[in-house]
Amino acid sequence: MPVPVEHFLVVAAVLFTLGIFGIFLNRKNIIVILMSIELILLAVNINLIAFSAHLGDLVGQVFAMFILTVAAAEAAIGLAIVVVVYRARRSIAVEDINLMKG
Amino acid sequence: MTVALAVFYLLAGITIASGVMVISARNPVHSVLFMILAFFNSAGLFVLAGAEFLAMVLIVVYVGAVAVLFLFVVMMLDIDVVAMRQGFMKYLPVGALVGLVLLIELFLVFGTLRIADAPIAASVPTPEGVTNTEALGAVLYTEYFFAFQLAGIILLVAIIGAITLTLRDRGPIKRQNISEQVHRDRTKSVRMRRVEPGRGL
Repeated sequence: MPVPVEHFLVVAAVLFTLGIFGIFLNRKNIIVILMSIELILLAVNINLIAFSAHLGDLVGQVFAMFILTVAAAEAAIGLAIVVVVYRARRSIAVEDINLMKG
Repeated sequence: MTVALAVFYLLAGITIASGVMVISARNPVHSVLFMILAFFNSAGLFVLAGAEFLAMVLIVVYVGAVAVLFLFVVMMLDIDVVAMRQGFMKYLPVGALVGLVLLIELFLVFGTLRIADAPIAASVPTPEGVTNTEALGAVLYTEYFFAFQLAGIILLVAIIGAITLTLRDRGPIKRQNISEQVHRDRTKSVRMRRVEPGRGL
């Protein structure tokens, strides 16, 4: 690999932190929270692929693909729930979703 | 500095910058568009690391499906963007604190981490002389076949879940009832009336 693995790790760490930061920053907007989760999963994928290339082991890429699958399923279900909540309450603000008093 | 390193810095810089824009853009539509940019550039990073197949899958799945889904939901729902932004500044300090602590911890881990230069004992070594797609397929359909099927089942459950969640009965809609149509005969549709002359019905 022409690029050292540490470079990839730094990028993934920054992206992961951005994802966590985004969840804190946009506490009211559930769509941006979902997008932040996608960023976190992307950071994990970058880590897996960087190590897969560095160690010459294909398993990292196989698991990155499984994470991609789960991320796609999660996005679909999450957005479906958002649509249902919007239909029920005419709002998707996180503080309005308090029916269960959690 | 080699060309690969320069390309890496370009792609990584754009990825991180668009990541920042995803979480800080005022308009959710812009957030989605910046997310697409971030995924495109990460696909470039994947190509740089030699994972061409996953790079293409990332573009197809994320840009082609997930981002479009996000865009669709953002545009379909009537969201009060201004109300959503309230508290942004309030949560900024605590969020920045948590993010900073996390970042410092991650860099501390990397500082102490000693990554082996040579592969220790790769469980599935990358084969020489075949394309990335072929190598990945050879592993995925043999050693990880069961996990691959499970991934398919997860997707199936996601499809069914998303459809059942969003499907709704729209109340009185006129629907075609074919059996009723076919069994309709003269006695149900024609009525014979004897009309008195000059009086009408």
